[in-house]
Amino acid sequence: MASVPRSFLLLSIIPTILILCADFACCNTGRKTGDGLDTDFSGFSVPLEHSFQVDDVSRFRMRGALQLRGGRETSVSLSQSQLSEEDRNTLKEVAAVDGLYKIRVPRVSLTDRQTERQMDGYLTAFVRACSLVESHLSDVITLHTDVSGYLIGVSIVTIPGACRGTEVEDEVDLEAFNTTLTIIAPTNAPQPETALFIERMDIEHEKRGKPQEQKSFFAKYWYLILGGAIFLMASSSAQPSAGGAEEQQS
Amino acid sequence: MESLELATHVQRQQYVGKTLFAHFDSHSQSSKKLFLATDKNIFASFNSRTGDLFWRHVDKVGPEGTIDILLLHGQDALMVVGGGRLLRSWDTNMGGLNWEAVLDTGSFQAACFVAIQDTVKHVAVLKKAVISLHYLTNGHQKWVENLPDSDTVQYQAVYSGGEEEVYVLGVVPNSHLTIIAYSLEDGEIIKQRSVEAPWLSSVESSCVVIGQGVLMCVDPATLALYTLPIQAEEAPQFNQILLQSLDLEVSLGFQPVLVSSQPHPARSPISEFFLQLGPDHHVLLQLNADGYTIAALRDFQPAFLVSFATTGEKTVAAVMTPKNETACDINLFSADSGRRLLDTTVIFPLDLNGGKPFKLYVHAFLKKDDSVGYRVLVQTQDHALTFIQQPGRVVWTREEALADVVTMEMVDLPLTGTQAELEGEFGKKAAIQDGLFPMVLKRLSSQVILLQVWLAHLWKLFYEARQPHGQVKNEVTIETLSRDEFNLQKMMVMVTASGKLFGIDSKSGSILWKHYLENVQPNAVFKLIVQRTTAHFPHPPQCTLLIKDKDTGLASLHVFNPIFGRKSHIAPPALPRPILQSLLLPVIDQDYAKVLLLVDDQYKVTAFPSTKNVLQQLQEMASSIFFYLIRSDQGNLSGFRLRKDLSTERIWEVVLPTEVQKIVAVNGKRPNEHVHSQGRVMGDRSVLYKYLNPNLLAVVTESTDAHPERAFVGVFLVDGVTGRIIHEAVQRKARGPVHFVHSENWVVYEYWNTKSRRNEFSVLELFEGTELYNSTVFSSLDRPHLPQVLQQTYIFPSPITTMEATLTEKGITSRHLLVGLPSGAILSLPKMFLDPRRPEVVTEHSREENLIPYAPEMPIRTEWFINYNQTVARVKGIYTAPSGLESTCLVVAYGLDIYQTRVYPSKQFDVLKDDYDYVLISSVLLALFFATMISKRLAQVKLLNRAWR
Repeated sequence: MASVPRSFLLLSIIPTILILCADFACCNTGRKTGDGLDTDFSGFSVPLEHSFQVDDVSRFRMRGALQLRGGRETSVSLSQSQLSEEDRNTLKEVAAVDGLYKIRVPRVSLTDRQTERQMDGYLTAFVRACSLVESHLSDVITLHTDVSGYLIGVSIVTIPGACRGTEVEDEVDLEAFNTTLTIIAPTNAPQPETALFIERMDIEHEKRGKPQEQKSFFAKYWYLILGGAIFLMASSSAQPSAGGAEEQQS
Repeated sequence: MESLELATHVQRQQYVGKTLFAHFDSHSQSSKKLFLATDKNIFASFNSRTGDLFWRHVDKVGPEGTIDILLLHGQDALMVVGGGRLLRSWDTNMGGLNWEAVLDTGSFQAACFVAIQDTVKHVAVLKKAVISLHYLTNGHQKWVENLPDSDTVQYQAVYSGGEEEVYVLGVVPNSHLTIIAYSLEDGEIIKQRSVEAPWLSSVESSCVVIGQGVLMCVDPATLALYTLPIQAEEAPQFNQILLQSLDLEVSLGFQPVLVSSQPHPARSPISEFFLQLGPDHHVLLQLNADGYTIAALRDFQPAFLVSFATTGEKTVAAVMTPKNETACDINLFSADSGRRLLDTTVIFPLDLNGGKPFKLYVHAFLKKDDSVGYRVLVQTQDHALTFIQQPGRVVWTREEALADVVTMEMVDLPLTGTQAELEGEFGKKAAIQDGLFPMVLKRLSSQVILLQVWLAHLWKLFYEARQPHGQVKNEVTIETLSRDEFNLQKMMVMVTASGKLFGIDSKSGSILWKHYLENVQPNAVFKLIVQRTTAHFPHPPQCTLLIKDKDTGLASLHVFNPIFGRKSHIAPPALPRPILQSLLLPVIDQDYAKVLLLVDDQYKVTAFPSTKNVLQQLQEMASSIFFYLIRSDQGNLSGFRLRKDLSTERIWEVVLPTEVQKIVAVNGKRPNEHVHSQGRVMGDRSVLYKYLNPNLLAVVTESTDAHPERAFVGVFLVDGVTGRIIHEAVQRKARGPVHFVHSENWVVYEYWNTKSRRNEFSVLELFEGTELYNSTVFSSLDRPHLPQVLQQTYIFPSPITTMEATLTEKGITSRHLLVGLPSGAILSLPKMFLDPRRPEVVTEHSREENLIPYAPEMPIRTEWFINYNQTVARVKGIYTAPSGLESTCLVVAYGLDIYQTRVYPSKQFDVLKDDYDYVLISSVLLALFFATMISKRLAQVKLLNRAWR
């Protein structure tokens, strides 16, 4: 109320940010990826819509446009408009009755642009309107893709995420979204680490010193056996002359 | 000592499944053997005196192992297996395989023994386009012949009456019948006849051979019997006998059935036969010597089941007739005259909670006075087998429905009467109503009762101690059921595919109640829900079974008391629309029953129970009740929120394109799971907090592309409330079947690695990090940061069939994974080995934390097998339940067999050992006590003396 009234006709476009690259150029769409790169390098845009109503009936309206760029380096950026005063008031009302703030994006494929870009249906997510208000419209929107580049889900959270019931006095805080946008591709689950394990085993072996070669019994104790044999031979050859020895002694 | 202990709580029951063929060993008079072939592809031999298994052969699952026919002759049991793939001969004495012969391709039609000059030497196997004759002694093929015109003629029966020929009967539906006679010697076609039969559509279902090779057919359209001599030389004709001429009438809409008997393959069948005219109407008929007139011997109405049996030269007919509501009579009749044999009545008790009688198998024998005695095996619709002996004594009953357990739950037993009384007296309601004085009186009387019970218990102990050990009977009945000290004994409620429910005592394995649900479709899906546990005396515990037709989605509810099996008088709601999802809310009504929500295909919600109280609570809580729906055919996961008017609103949606991957399984966490520690203390004394999201769903997908290089298994962790994808991982070059367990902060899954061609285990663990976002309460709506995910993969040297995690009361005991192996062994694998923090390189910290260094191969140690030599055939599921002792987890493995045991993942740390020296400890204590007393006294005397000085 204390805030300076602004003309809501003046819509300043605030481009918001973020590019996150994920390497998910995967084997089974490799060919198609190439085609997509050739034909449509500039990327494409899809609408990001939102809905917040006191009666919780979904009526989606335009919030902004997502600039998606498929290919090896997937990137996404968002350009969105400010909230009008009417919207701000509605949002506050929705927040007061613990309503939901929903967003949706159409199902698209980032790589396969030959086929119908827009498959039927939308991906929807929601956040409590009060947490959006209390976080001063700072939200984190995440787009999830599957292995072949289809968008499979969207999520929205606000930071902080809690509703503490604090009143947002300043209308300015509810004008512009402060959006962090990420796109996440699936991570590759690890395989059993056999190579590393074997390597480590080898290193350990080496650390313990040169492994003792498996010598045969004879190779190990040849000197003892030889000694024993000499001793036996000596004692047996000494036997016949035993009498003589005695004689010598006496 | 250990083996004795094992015997008390380890139980295994072996089952075989629904009987398809049953034969008594008639080889010798005193034989006790009974042979069964079942729908579970099992050939088994039972002791007919006790019902115990002698041996059983478990063949492959599926059509490859199906038993097409079982024929018994002397000591040989002949079997055609796998839709005509194999011919096997078993030695019935020992159960060993005599020989096995691979048959020509083609679907199996019929088989029979073939005899020459009174000795059975061959077996004929008829297939769709080929007939072959094999020697009984070694299975070698004597000859094989292609059947003429097999593309138009459907060959359905083969007959041999001890002559030099084998007859094959085929039919061109509604046109003519083809009879081909093959020479036994070389398989040459001796004659081939074609007989006009425009009324005949199937030989198999409407014709039998009786007497001296007369084919007898029944036609429901013309209401007539047709006879035809098979061996006739000249062009034969069917001879029509109208049923009306015999004063017989077929029940409306009933397909009449003929029953004949060929006592010995070397001789022709008897000329008497049964004609079934209605569900409970049979007639015994006789073909006269002229070969085309029929005489009615006796009319049996009402009669449910009939069967022929032969002993020596006498053939008898056993007929089951209803006696009253609870019993049926079985009588023997002489087959050639239809006269009732005296003193042959046995009574078959009809179980009101069982199925109707379905089939009779009769074993007749000659008594010393040359009269006929018999034993009878009755198969009921619920797959149970009952063996009855004269005079009307049920010798044993086998509940073969338990060979196919679909789902189960364990329910605590109720308190004993006195305990319950105590609870009741000091319950809330009582305290408000009564004043001070009556309460004191009540307390005193309860104390007296307790004392009484205790004395009785002591007396019983003393009495039992004096008895020799073996004589103490631990008979468990529903009346004597009560919770034991540590809640180790529970009621297992088992739901079987046939629609029969069982209540089984987990300690003794004895069936305490059973209830057969009729009209359950074979493709029904069951979900068993415990709505109220035993803890809310005086309200009885309550279970609800959701039975859903897989195709239409239409569902019904069966509400019952899990301790006694009785159907509850509470009327379940009518469910006119297909049900998509059911969920149990933590909301309870005024009678302490948890509320079950059923979501139909229009996303409308039905609550059960739906009292005013419940609806009011639901309205208040509506905005915080979220649920999810999964449409795996569309790859669609969506979340809903309840509205005040019990309609729903869709709030999130995740779509996994079905062109890429399909959802194969979704698993949340078990609601009764407790996690004791919030985090893990690391080597440097900092704490790594677990990400414990109770709403987390693990979604497993498999790629549609099955190429070994491109196949993958996807693992998605999705928050069930917000639809947020917490983690998304892809296991490349992997294929199902995927088995997985989701618990605490981890997911363990097992898959087939297509590249290395081996089974691998992978474990995912989720951590919040070293600081908790909000340590007091977890809310999916307020957890903005994604958890850290750690993952490790190991090679597992065996395929697995099922997997489950142990569960204990407070979650202090370390966890084990129970893995069912195809060999029938159950492996208790410590979760410690599946820990993504196992270090590649051992450090001071990891040693401090007791982490096992990483090794790519998971060991299987033989001491980890919890069932020793008691293998569980075809393990399908493992159920775990906590007991009252923190160290002990109750385990039930089910499949073909049912196996109960207990496991102690951290050893029995809270139980005193058996050899604990009570005497020493108490004598030391006593000695110390007296020593203190004496020294105190001495010190006093000394002090006194000093004071006097």
